[in-house]
Amino acid sequence: MRRTKLLELKAVHKAYAGVEVLHGVDLTGDRGEVIGVVGANGAGKSTLIKILAGAETMTAGELLIDGTQTRPGSPHDAHQHGIRTVYQELTLAPELTVTENLLLGRFPRKRGLIDWRAAHEQTKTLLDDIGFTSINPRQKAGRLSVAKQQMVEIAKALVAKPRVLVLDEPSAVLAGSDLDALFALIRRLQQQDTLVIYISHRLVEVLELATQIVVMKDGAVIATTIPAQTDEDELIRLMAGRRLEQIYPDRRAATDQPALVTKNLARDNEFRDVDLTIHKGEILGLFGLVGSGRTELAHCLFGATRPDHGWIELGGTPHTFKTPQDAIAAGLALVTEDRKGSGIVPDLTVRENVALTTLYATTRGGLVDQKAQRTAVQAMVDRLDIRPAHCATMPVVRLSGGNQQKAVLAKWLLKKPRVLILDEPTRGVDMATRVAIYRMVDELARSGVAVLLISSDLTEVLGATDRVLVMREGRIAGELRSEGATEDQVLAYSIGRAA
Amino acid sequence: MTLTKVDNPTTEARSATTFSLGHAAIGLVVLVLAIAAVTTDAFLTQTNLTNLLKQMVTTGLLAYGMLVVILTGGIDLSVGSVVAFAGILTAGLSSGLPLPVAMLVGIASGVLFGLVNGTLVARFELAPFVVTLAALTTIRGLAFVYSDVPIAPEDESFFWLGSAMLGPIPLTTVIMLAVFLVGGVFLHRTPAGRSIVAIGGNAETVRLAGISVRKHVLLAYTISGFCAGLAGVILASRVGIAQPSVGVAFELDAIAACVIGGASLAGGKGSAAATLGGVLVLALINNLLNLYNVQSFWQQVLKGLIIIAVILVHRASRRRT
Repeated sequence: MRRTKLLELKAVHKAYAGVEVLHGVDLTGDRGEVIGVVGANGAGKSTLIKILAGAETMTAGELLIDGTQTRPGSPHDAHQHGIRTVYQELTLAPELTVTENLLLGRFPRKRGLIDWRAAHEQTKTLLDDIGFTSINPRQKAGRLSVAKQQMVEIAKALVAKPRVLVLDEPSAVLAGSDLDALFALIRRLQQQDTLVIYISHRLVEVLELATQIVVMKDGAVIATTIPAQTDEDELIRLMAGRRLEQIYPDRRAATDQPALVTKNLARDNEFRDVDLTIHKGEILGLFGLVGSGRTELAHCLFGATRPDHGWIELGGTPHTFKTPQDAIAAGLALVTEDRKGSGIVPDLTVRENVALTTLYATTRGGLVDQKAQRTAVQAMVDRLDIRPAHCATMPVVRLSGGNQQKAVLAKWLLKKPRVLILDEPTRGVDMATRVAIYRMVDELARSGVAVLLISSDLTEVLGATDRVLVMREGRIAGELRSEGATEDQVLAYSIGRAA
Repeated sequence: MTLTKVDNPTTEARSATTFSLGHAAIGLVVLVLAIAAVTTDAFLTQTNLTNLLKQMVTTGLLAYGMLVVILTGGIDLSVGSVVAFAGILTAGLSSGLPLPVAMLVGIASGVLFGLVNGTLVARFELAPFVVTLAALTTIRGLAFVYSDVPIAPEDESFFWLGSAMLGPIPLTTVIMLAVFLVGGVFLHRTPAGRSIVAIGGNAETVRLAGISVRKHVLLAYTISGFCAGLAGVILASRVGIAQPSVGVAFELDAIAACVIGGASLAGGKGSAAATLGGVLVLALINNLLNLYNVQSFWQQVLKGLIIIAVILVHRASRRRT
């Protein structure tokens, strides 16, 4: 007897303004399944999610829930059908508490007024139930770390007890125990007969969690498989036509000439006693869990904040950076972890975004030298293979995440930095773009640039670097040569269990 | 067959965002003009057109300054009060000082107020709305403190600026157009102008790109102050009398002109040409309704409805692209 599946997509097509981006996608998932969806940027994953979420409507095709045809026309519709989606972008109201964010519209009442005590208790129970015990219901959402906010987003989706939960890159900002909590949660949902659709660039996770893996490429499903029958290598090959060992370039360009040195650098409540040296031609990894102080350190090195103690030396001379301008003048560049918040100006064109760092340097008679700007930016677009090739006049926000990141990188390359700080440069970025970024960074290092690569991706922080520093609770807790080091060693330092 | 590289037409169109923003406003101008020319004899007379050109100068100057501030994501509510202060100061000083000096001092007072607003917003990071709301009442008060009765200079030369003609066009209109021309080049072609637009789009990105957000925000409010000062001096000269009570709610017309021109109050979007279009729309509507003897209360109602209509058109045209 054929039981009807919980969710079925049949020959789903989607076109924007006549351009088809999904060419007949089929997807079937049942209760208790975890479908891992993988694919390079532009493969159509986001569009697929939006259709499931009711944020976009399909041009042709069918969506069946329990065998009944539906077509969610709005997110509200999708909710009615038991489909909840957690996007990469955070949507919490920052000034409201966790409780308010979670229970908005369904507060417990007493004599017509909100019963806050009950509300907070209800939230606490809810968070405990799903294993997110470290979140305080009374905290304002905006005060939480990005990782905790992501967890609240997931909790918010679960309040309505969905039958289908779509998670778009949920682990991009999670690490350590938070990630464990997420995995445990997904397994529990599975037991409760929820269908989880898990979109991730981290193939290891997908292989660990999924009961079914769907590989998308160029708007179509090109393979459906199960973890037991595949491995990371094959998935990468399917997605991008590349082998795992080809991802990270061989490292060995480091010199012993210090480019940037910090002495006892500290900022109250953020980090302390930071003594680090980045050499010319070196890619220095900096690993740390969320809250370890790594991003704060990066901002301080770049003059975005000022140190309370200690100082920075460049080429042997002490420097005080009062503003990012000072740091940039001294040859520093920073690609921040928050692309949307501090990496791009969304509505400006790619050209203007890339030209931002050199805006005041590219003038003729007091006016922006448009011709020079155009030439310089196009050269960068070509060099970094930012797509589409004619993107210079497009608003940057219309590019895919990976290409936006390349544009941010291009902005700094135009400035020809001597010290390049990259904070999570591959977060939410597809494999092909990652490889391109690693290559570019390697090339820069070979030309003598000192690179600080901050990452919470263990494979990356070991694979793409010469040396790794591990931060824990605001201090440098350990140092390892990347070659021969294991992920366990790095993790051990980061949680304070190193021998 | 040879492969040639063809520019994608849709992106070409997108690159002209600054122009498309103005489309709605410009279309509306043409429409209103056509209605005006066809339906009333009074519109196309020399007197009426000269009046029209003169009347739009104040709103025009204020709107350009407002646009610069709005582009940073701010707002300048104080401009109406600055108009009154600059006007009455110039008129008052003109009895003792040479007229050009008095006028320059009047304009300088606007620059000074702009600097103060800008400092409070940029340096002390106070909310633009609150800062300029406080400035609105403070500067209005100062205008009355300086003279609580209107000042009417007797020297004929005081009226010259406001009444001089360059051929068929009033001098003040030419000044306003020059402000928009130079201002347009400033916003769209200079590093400072581009920085101001970028700040409205994402200030943190701009700061981390090594561009001083503070300096540019300060500059924006100073430009707005300058425009308001200039508008005040010109208005006093045109009317021939400076009143401490003049210019109430002028800031709202300036904001309306920017919005009709497609500027986003969230910052980062808007163009000088389109704002000029917005100024024209407002001036034409006022002028036409006057010619038709429509009661001024109805003029206000209609103006409000037109603003909403234009914004809806903008919204629809943005969805389409």
